Amino acid sequence: MSVVPPAGRKLLGLLLVVAALAVVIPASLAIGANPLPLADVWRGLWHPDDSEASIIVWTLRVPRTILAIVAGMAAGVAGALIQAITRNPLADPGILGVDAGAGFAVTIGVGFFGATSIDEFIWFAFLGAMAATVAVYLIGSAGRGAASPVQLVLAGVALGAVLGGIATFLTLIDEDTFARLRTWGLGSVTAATLEETMTVLPFLTLGLALALVVAGSLNAVALGDDLATSLGASVLRTRILGIVAVTLLAGGETALTGGIAFVGLMVPHVVRWFTGPDQRWILAFTIITAPVIVLAADILGRVIARPAEIQVGILTAVIGAPVLIMLVRRRTASGL
Amino acid sequence: MTRIDFGYAHHELRLGRSVAIRLRTRSIVVNVVLAVLTLALALVAIGLGDYPLSPGEVVAALVGRGEEFHRMIVVEWRLPVLIAAIVFGALLGVGGAVFQSLTRNPLGSPDIIGFDAGAYTAVTVTMLMFQVRDYWSIAAAAILGGLLTALAVYVLAYRRGVQGFRLIIVGIGVSAMLGSVNSYLITRAEVEDAIMVGFWSAGSLGRVDWPRLAPSLVLAALTLLAVAALSPALRQLELGDDAALAQGVNANRARVGLLVAGVATGALVTAAAGPIGFIALCAPQIAQRVARTPGVSVTAAAFMGAALLTAAQFASLAIAQFYRAIPVGLITVCLGGVYLIWLLIRETRRAV
Repeated sequence: MSVVPPAGRKLLGLLLVVAALAVVIPASLAIGANPLPLADVWRGLWHPDDSEASIIVWTLRVPRTILAIVAGMAAGVAGALIQAITRNPLADPGILGVDAGAGFAVTIGVGFFGATSIDEFIWFAFLGAMAATVAVYLIGSAGRGAASPVQLVLAGVALGAVLGGIATFLTLIDEDTFARLRTWGLGSVTAATLEETMTVLPFLTLGLALALVVAGSLNAVALGDDLATSLGASVLRTRILGIVAVTLLAGGETALTGGIAFVGLMVPHVVRWFTGPDQRWILAFTIITAPVIVLAADILGRVIARPAEIQVGILTAVIGAPVLIMLVRRRTASGL
Repeated sequence: MTRIDFGYAHHELRLGRSVAIRLRTRSIVVNVVLAVLTLALALVAIGLGDYPLSPGEVVAALVGRGEEFHRMIVVEWRLPVLIAAIVFGALLGVGGAVFQSLTRNPLGSPDIIGFDAGAYTAVTVTMLMFQVRDYWSIAAAAILGGLLTALAVYVLAYRRGVQGFRLIIVGIGVSAMLGSVNSYLITRAEVEDAIMVGFWSAGSLGRVDWPRLAPSLVLAALTLLAVAALSPALRQLELGDDAALAQGVNANRARVGLLVAGVATGALVTAAAGPIGFIALCAPQIAQRVARTPGVSVTAAAFMGAALLTAAQFASLAIAQFYRAIPVGLITVCLGGVYLIWLLIRETRRAV
């Protein structure tokens, strides 16, 4: 890790990222299949009426933009947390199968328990995310030593493959019951409505708050369990709170979008190059940077395939997978 | 001549002065049992379907007795599917064994390190973007896609040598990107095309018929011959390049040949049936445990692969009796994924 910039530089950096967010939000409201001038967007936003601009902004672009921001924050912070908890630089809710766990549980909820709306199947998503997080953690740390990055990633990939396979299996056996799920789970920010986003928002807020609470202790945990304990941090409490936060964030995000891949992997890493290893700064930067990335990817997806659109999850995977490859090419794959 | 004790029961096969093969008794027994099991499963599986037939009726139809209608069902429709299960399973097992040997890593099989994903992407591109559907073009595209992906993964994983773990993670990353490309192509395609490719994507033997099977059998035979010719070199390569060189093996040339043949195994299956995952991963490892061979054995992996895929196809047909047809690739992914998790837990337990 290179030189850690002084706090003043970091604040400046944070301001720059906020400025970037301030640029992509209006861009997200204006750009699309039917591009609108910013003036029309502004008028439509503040004076909702029957004009075409106002309807487009309020029914299409605003829900989508809010969802992208919320989902981006959740995915990014969940990734930063899970990297810190497992002390594993290759961790990501998508790669480790947490999203797949949530998706699998939602499939079960819809198929066998008749869950139809998001306030019902969100609980299944949380349950699945929690189970997958704990399972991957246990698989990875089954031996005496700590889990190696590769084993954890492989465990996640295997878990994701099995759960995804069974979910597809179920949807194929009973197509009628699962008809709703066909449009869901593609990593898209257009599937959920604004009401659905608002239903999940309290859980995500709680997850973010928990993340900020444990951020300080995560710095101690990064030094190893023994040293952390001698520094006065409760390792167990930090881990449990961290896992609960990951569950809320990844589960909620998956329930809304179906899981946006690789955001949780790449954003904390990119951020870490600038901030250095302090988890509090990493989280602060991630909360702002992740929505910028997701929004930018979503805007890109609207532009490059006109008149069709590319789901944001597809683009983040194309951008994020090279980050994974770059990470393992570095001489030591630790970096934490 | 004094008999040498190799530490295990074995038989020797000598033909003249130039051919002498030593066969472990346990390996022979295991392979024979697997072969019998595979054929028995296949016979029962041929009987499954909308028009059920008893194994006796199936055998009668196969040897040319029995009713003409039965003969048509068995020979024309269902036999190619089960032959595909046996041959493709063997191909996948061989491919897995070759790569696990080359990478000296039980996880270094082509389905994990992304070669199958590359072959599948090439198939999708050929079918959706160029609208080409004939077997030879698709097979060529699959092999080319697999080779290009293999090249990309090796180059990206290369950093003063190729380490097992870096290869695997790079492969996972490359698979993720290719997966996105696939989803993108499918979402952009016409509905009918998308449905056809979507069916392909799960890995299914249900659409295999004689015209489609015949060319893949020819290519499969060529690939298996190539691997058989190179397998002595493969065994020497396991000892390291220097040792192999000392035994008269041109390490680099042998490796390139094995790489091409190994990629071809997965690509042929992908071209005919779509990506069928985890057989390549499991078959060599399970075979090694059952036959108690010191390393991964290509022959045992072939028999085990054939048995596993036939069993999965049997399960797929049995489920179709009660519900709907489930692509066989889904069954192998579910069972193989569970096996991979078990393998990982075992590996972590052993490592300190």
